[in-house]
Amino acid sequence: MIEIDRVSHGFGRSPVLRDVSLRIPKGGITALIGPNGAGKSTLLSLMARLIPLQAGRIAFDGLDVSRTPSNELALKLAVLRQDTAIATRLTVRDLVTFGRYPRSGGRPGPEDHAAVGRALAEFDLGSLAGRFLDELSGGQRQRAFVAMTFAQAADYLLLDEPLNSLDLTYARALMHRLRSLADDHGRTVVVVLHDINYAAAWADRIVALREGAVVAEGTPAEVIRPDHLRSIYGVRISVIRHGDAPLALHHLADPG
Amino acid sequence: MPRDRLLVLAALLALAALAFMTLGAKGSWSFLLPFRGLRLAALALVGAAVGVATVLFQTVTGNRILTPSIMGFDALYVLLQTALVFLLGGLGYAMLDARPKFLAETGLMMLASASLLGLLLGRGRHDLHRMLLVGVIFGTLFRSLAAFLQRLMDPNAFAVLQGASFASFGSVETDLLALAALLAGAGGAATWRLRHALDVVALGRAPAIGLGVGYDAIGRFTLLIVALLVSVSTALVGPVAFFGLIVASLAHLVVRSPHHAHLLPAAALIGATILVAGQTLFERVLGLQSTLSVVIEFAGGLLFLALLLRARPT
Repeated sequence: MIEIDRVSHGFGRSPVLRDVSLRIPKGGITALIGPNGAGKSTLLSLMARLIPLQAGRIAFDGLDVSRTPSNELALKLAVLRQDTAIATRLTVRDLVTFGRYPRSGGRPGPEDHAAVGRALAEFDLGSLAGRFLDELSGGQRQRAFVAMTFAQAADYLLLDEPLNSLDLTYARALMHRLRSLADDHGRTVVVVLHDINYAAAWADRIVALREGAVVAEGTPAEVIRPDHLRSIYGVRISVIRHGDAPLALHHLADPG
Repeated sequence: MPRDRLLVLAALLALAALAFMTLGAKGSWSFLLPFRGLRLAALALVGAAVGVATVLFQTVTGNRILTPSIMGFDALYVLLQTALVFLLGGLGYAMLDARPKFLAETGLMMLASASLLGLLLGRGRHDLHRMLLVGVIFGTLFRSLAAFLQRLMDPNAFAVLQGASFASFGSVETDLLALAALLAGAGGAATWRLRHALDVVALGRAPAIGLGVGYDAIGRFTLLIVALLVSVSTALVGPVAFFGLIVASLAHLVVRSPHHAHLLPAAALIGATILVAGQTLFERVLGLQSTLSVVIEFAGGLLFLALLLRARPT
């Protein structure tokens, strides 16, 4: 379980998160949604210890992120951010092998090579293993990075807007892989998503933020409702049902 | 295989060293061996220090174009030296023992770069143009301040300063050699222990922290080592602007591996080989004096422009 207790954060004088407390249970996919500037990415960065906590406490299965040594946390949680520009020229296999660093300390053994092989196979990267990252398409590169976090074999996977700059084929495929990480491999996935319909269709739980505070949380059916969407985004959005999942018609004009 | 390539590089360096020691040898060996041996060691040390410093700097700043010298590190060293002469006066400075003086200068240099160059690890790290601007401004500032202080000095102090700071490949400061080698060796050993962590640091801040590497601490520590290595090379031969860029680019080209376990030795070997072979060629074969730095700076400047023009906007 991820425990977030009374976390507040600000850059300069402007507060980004105000007294956020949240429990994210182990297992499944939890999506963080909300308008720009709601503090979703900041919350994720704080969880991933990319920025130091100013106030409050965050713990993964009881491991406090500000007290636990970073290399110990790397065995517990893996992070994937959007800005994945790397100055070094790496092959896909090099990159995925870095996922083993918390366990191998930079000297991968047979066990690590086996884990890298499994990660490459799991993400259909076998034929691309020897290619350099800068020779790949955006979607393939994204897949290689997810494979790296898979090889890291951490219980929790945190992703910051992974669908940005992916076209719909890759976006769907990525969500599918995240689903399989949660269902088949027992990982807990926390993902910041812009598109509420992706969240509604693929996530088990949705946490909605607005102006640095949690305004709604629960299953997609509980959160994706016109009254909640109005309090999250400040606009009126119709919601219909498609199969089991709610579908927000956010691209349409205000329903009069 | 990177290991074989390292062996080839080592063999090249051995050849260059042999040529440097033996070509055009006239007179008694008992004089020549220590005389040339000292210069050989100094050139090799400077080449290795500049190569390793540049690779380290490029790793922690996340780019392949900027080098410590382009960012004004060695201008800072010259400024510190000038300020010392200015404060102590020519006589006071000249009376100081060379070794503690060098140690103090290196310590000051590490302190100054630690406080200034934390900027390089901040948010603008991937913004090449901002980094370049910072470097140009720092470099110009340091050089102008040094020039300003030199203008205020009395001529005797200025002469002392000139003797202390305007070394070159042709006239290496060999009296500091043992101490410089010791310091550079300590810096090299410290970075060698970090070689695997540096591979991860090269991935960038977020991935490195995600993999449990203390990115910020390693970045700061590495910049301190870079300051140390730059102090060593600048004290021995004076500032060199683009030499490090050539060495680091060649090292990446030759090794083709993201692992610092290969990159760092390759950079050290290539740096040493270029200086020793180049100096042999110019002094012994072409019979020219003090032109090696001009050629290196010219080639390095061209390479810098080529890399800058080829860099994709970020």
